[in-house]
Amino acid sequence: MDPIIILQAGVATGTVLLFATIGEILAERSGILNLGVEGMMLIGAMTAFSVTIATGNPWLGLLCAMLAAGLLSQIHAFITITLQADQVVSGLALTFVGTGISLVLGEGLSKAGTVSLLPNFSIPLLSQIPFLGPILFTKQSVLVYIGYLFTPLTWYYINHTRPGLNLRSVGEYPSAADSLGINVFRLRYFYVFVGGMLAGLAGATISLAVAPGWFSELTTAGQGWIAVGLVIFAQWDPVRAMFGSYAFGALRRLILDIQGPTVLLGFDNPFYYNPYWGFFLQMLPYAFTVIVLVIGSREAIRKRLGAPAALGNPYIRGERGK
Amino acid sequence: MAEASLQKKKTGFKIRLEPRLEEPPGWFPLFVSLLAIVIALILGGVVISAVGGDPIRSYQHIARASFGDSGVLSDTIVKATPILLTALACSVAFRMKLWNIGAEGQFIMGAWGASAVVLAPILAEETPRWFFLFVMALAGMLMGAFWGFIPGYLKAKFNVNEIISSLMLNYIAVAWVNFWIFGVWSEGGFQMSPKFPENAWLPRLLEYASAYPAFRGLTTHAGLLLGIAAALIIWLIVYRSRWGYEIRLIGDNPQAANYAGINIAANVIAVMMLSGALAGLGGMSEVSGVVHRLQTSPLAAGYGFTGIIVAWLAKLNPLAIIVVSVFFGALILAGREIQPSGIPKMIQGIILVSLIASDFLLRYRIRITRGEE
Repeated sequence: MDPIIILQAGVATGTVLLFATIGEILAERSGILNLGVEGMMLIGAMTAFSVTIATGNPWLGLLCAMLAAGLLSQIHAFITITLQADQVVSGLALTFVGTGISLVLGEGLSKAGTVSLLPNFSIPLLSQIPFLGPILFTKQSVLVYIGYLFTPLTWYYINHTRPGLNLRSVGEYPSAADSLGINVFRLRYFYVFVGGMLAGLAGATISLAVAPGWFSELTTAGQGWIAVGLVIFAQWDPVRAMFGSYAFGALRRLILDIQGPTVLLGFDNPFYYNPYWGFFLQMLPYAFTVIVLVIGSREAIRKRLGAPAALGNPYIRGERGK
Repeated sequence: MAEASLQKKKTGFKIRLEPRLEEPPGWFPLFVSLLAIVIALILGGVVISAVGGDPIRSYQHIARASFGDSGVLSDTIVKATPILLTALACSVAFRMKLWNIGAEGQFIMGAWGASAVVLAPILAEETPRWFFLFVMALAGMLMGAFWGFIPGYLKAKFNVNEIISSLMLNYIAVAWVNFWIFGVWSEGGFQMSPKFPENAWLPRLLEYASAYPAFRGLTTHAGLLLGIAAALIIWLIVYRSRWGYEIRLIGDNPQAANYAGINIAANVIAVMMLSGALAGLGGMSEVSGVVHRLQTSPLAAGYGFTGIIVAWLAKLNPLAIIVVSVFFGALILAGREIQPSGIPKMIQGIILVSLIASDFLLRYRIRITRGEE
């Protein structure tokens, strides 16, 4: 129950949610709600693990995971952008398909043994900083470090670059964007693809770094859905998404650690003596997601913030649109 | 036709999409759904052969293992029963564009509620059977409705996205049941409750084998009757009642409903509770008709998720749901023996994808014209 270790592991675990949440933020900012994150993450985790077993090269596994999940996301893009179908149902379908395909192709992978994982290392100097050094910069996976760079970069990209402006315009007011010569359809396809790739990266982060291996549906255990919930809590802002992701990561780690010691806060630890009380701990991430949703939704009502205006609506050229 | 378009390709045939101005003919939606299933089976076959299986033998196996004789047909119906109830649950909510994807959790909580009547125990073991079953069904529906109430209330009060909240409650429901069967109600340390007394079992066909020998060994249980009755009642509510009219109006045009003075928030909560109660009844029927004890793995088997697909495939029509759930019961039953084990799940997903994609044909017509314009 060392707080440093919990936070250190929490940052690593939270990196999974970070990639998935920011990917979903990018897709939703372009106006496309993709509920298939869980399915895309599973495809990513399965692909990363099996390619790494086959080739011995985790980087190749990572790349294939991102491409596979990106490809899967294009089904959703085609159905919702070109065929203009309901985004909710299509996203659900994507989760079913992703889960199903990864179970079929991942059959037997759980017994496949160990693979070479992505490297862990400490960063000189930075790891010497008191408190933050051991948490953030000591023996973390390379993907965790990529995650640190990732949040400020996407924040800057969305809010302070030309392509980021185009992205926001397509999600807020597609017909205006269209009249300015921005290709709404192509941008939406692109950002759904990016979101898919990031979900694949999130899956690969699980199977190659945070909790190595393939455990069928339990590999993700609903983290894709938590990511969708975090997007709402984050109000479509990558920086808030980062804090949310790491907090959830720390919570997951805390739940594991709290069941270990015999004495907890000076009392006999009920989770140690009656392990089945641990199921209440297992509920916590999901209960917290609901609580976080309530907070995010109340805030949105109060501040009159909200989702990108065109989120969930197909863009139909020539129709009197938003 | 295809030949003609090939020949004339040089002169420029053009495929154009036009929005349909009038409703397509009545047989057309059914045709499109069937088309979607056929396409999905073909796509599924491609994946099966990609992993080294034989798609035609897999499908033949599914057909034989689910409709081959009265025994397996009965098993198919047993599998179809929980799907029927969860699909009904989804259909009422979806009709209002309320995305309850928590039928899985509501189903599990329903099973827990029904089990609590036996295990707490609320009723003594020698209670008359009809009363036992009645209380169990009531408890299952109450727990399911409660589990539907939570996301409904959060949606109505705080505008919380019901997709995510109802889904999160699925995981919580599984952990809740695990808590009881690993701890309080565990049978000798095993991860299941003791078997229920027979008074708490829904009647099965095989009980009447002495009067009707054809029923020997058939496990079809009275949950099917509950399901069919529920389908009829839901059909009456949705299409023949004032409440159903409100539900459909909110689903089609919430603004108009608001102007018409319909209380949307109250309807959100009520419909989520109705939906949860139906799924909860499904959980009761499964635990009392099939499993006969509280145990996680046979209950949390994804019936709630299959219900989503079935509801959509049946175009949310309660009577069509009866037919479609039998088809999916067959898929799940036969799928148990097929390797790799993920195939039924994958086929279900592909069916839903091709179904949504094909809905496009209901809104647009494809017109092939000469590209002279």
